[in-house]
Amino acid sequence: MNKEEVLKLAKLARIDVSDEEAENLAKELGSILNYVSEIKSVDVSEGSTGFTLKNVFRSDSESHPSGQFTDAILAQAPSREGDYIKVKKIL
Amino acid sequence: MTPKEIRDKDKDIHAFLEVFEDPAPEQAWYGAGALSGKTISIKDNLLLEGHKASAGSKILENFTAISDATVIRKIKEAGAIIVGRTNMDEFGMGSSTENSAYGVTKNPHNLERVPGGSSGGAAASVAAGMCDMALGSDTGGSIRQPAAFCGVVGLKPTYGRVSRFGLIAYGSSLDQIGPLTKTVTDAEIIYNVIKGEDFNDSTSINDDTYPNKKKFNKTIGIPRDFVGSEGVSGEVKKSFKEAEDKLKTLGYEIHDIKLPSLKYSLSAYYIIALAEASANLARFDGVKYGLHVDGENSIDDYFKTRGAGFGKEVRRRIILGTYVLSSGYYDAYYGKAIAVRKKITQELREAFKKYDLIVLPTTPNGAWKIGEKSSDPVETYIEDIFTVPVNIAGIPAISIPNNLQLWADLGREDNLFRAGKEFLGEIE
Repeated sequence: MNKEEVLKLAKLARIDVSDEEAENLAKELGSILNYVSEIKSVDVSEGSTGFTLKNVFRSDSESHPSGQFTDAILAQAPSREGDYIKVKKIL
Repeated sequence: MTPKEIRDKDKDIHAFLEVFEDPAPEQAWYGAGALSGKTISIKDNLLLEGHKASAGSKILENFTAISDATVIRKIKEAGAIIVGRTNMDEFGMGSSTENSAYGVTKNPHNLERVPGGSSGGAAASVAAGMCDMALGSDTGGSIRQPAAFCGVVGLKPTYGRVSRFGLIAYGSSLDQIGPLTKTVTDAEIIYNVIKGEDFNDSTSINDDTYPNKKKFNKTIGIPRDFVGSEGVSGEVKKSFKEAEDKLKTLGYEIHDIKLPSLKYSLSAYYIIALAEASANLARFDGVKYGLHVDGENSIDDYFKTRGAGFGKEVRRRIILGTYVLSSGYYDAYYGKAIAVRKKITQELREAFKKYDLIVLPTTPNGAWKIGEKSSDPVETYIEDIFTVPVNIAGIPAISIPNNLQLWADLGREDNLFRAGKEFLGEIE
């Protein structure tokens, strides 16, 4: 892993990373990847059936009264206008 | 202890991020039940209505919970007194609390050493006698490892056994809430309060999900090769041998077993946990709640907010999680880790058909000195070798003094309590 790759990943993850940090991260991430790469050699051809996952659905019921939490939730927003969360212009 | 006494005692330890003022006795949350009068600390990633919950992160420094986590509601109803919120590695990412944005917690038994992590504040709060019990969370050992470092009991229940509604997520296929206590008896009492299916958490399960109720025959399997892994200290080997002898004296039948895929748990764990973390932490965008740092435009707001709000280890894990999920690497890392996870789970479940418990140390080494490990992240990750397989397979496990870990089959916490109480001499 090199600095450019780290900067590209940081861009994908929407995290501001300085050039100096990217340099260090390249080394650290390289070391971690080197370690975890051992799993590439594990034989998993036997069709493992250790556990099964299933979808869990529930009815859209038992909802709270409309507006019950509106103020409390909006109070947490960094910027607000009435009952809207305010952000900068997008287009 | 009164809130003031806790604060005084905590000056040297820093287990708490906040000690609550003593709530008035007439307050509704003093229910009467199994936890009547018990003082309990809560990890900073659990939501308590009207109080801050920052998950040890600057990005949530000013976040106030607007409702209770299901576990919080349950302990309130059972009569618990919630004394404060405890320090942790940011978002649960660490094994020492050194990654908290609010300073390191010190091990109450030796202030120069770490208390373990990520529930380090929780373990220290119980070990120092500042409360009776603590609630923590365990993604790869975050309850059991600090319990071992601080000499208390730590339980990681079966995946889904305890509702995670109101827990700030790290790795959603691995996370589980559990207690840290002074005795196994206490762990069982609070476990019985917090367990149960929850409408608000679709991954929660009930008593009948795992119907296996195989009779307890006092049989133990020890994965001998794995326990003898490189990097396990002589001291740990010695105390494990003593524990083994004690179990034999108590009438347990011990067999050496082979679980050849266990050694890949750590690699599979870090790939899966980091992938899930990169997705879970996408919600912190400086728009809806938490820190906001202004940038030049709306996308720059994200970069500035997340760059400033997340600590070093969190940034590292999100970026690596992004890598293992990116096109071209997905199959080689994440896809393979999922296949390895199934293989490990299959081996463990097969073993539990024969044995009631699998026993091994909780940690390969004792608590390290604060600041001792910082340069190479892998050096710290390797310390999780004995705890991560449990989260990979979803099975329950308990850590009891001295550094002994018991694993049981899915849904068989009863076997952990039984053997744990017997081992520590707690009378039924």
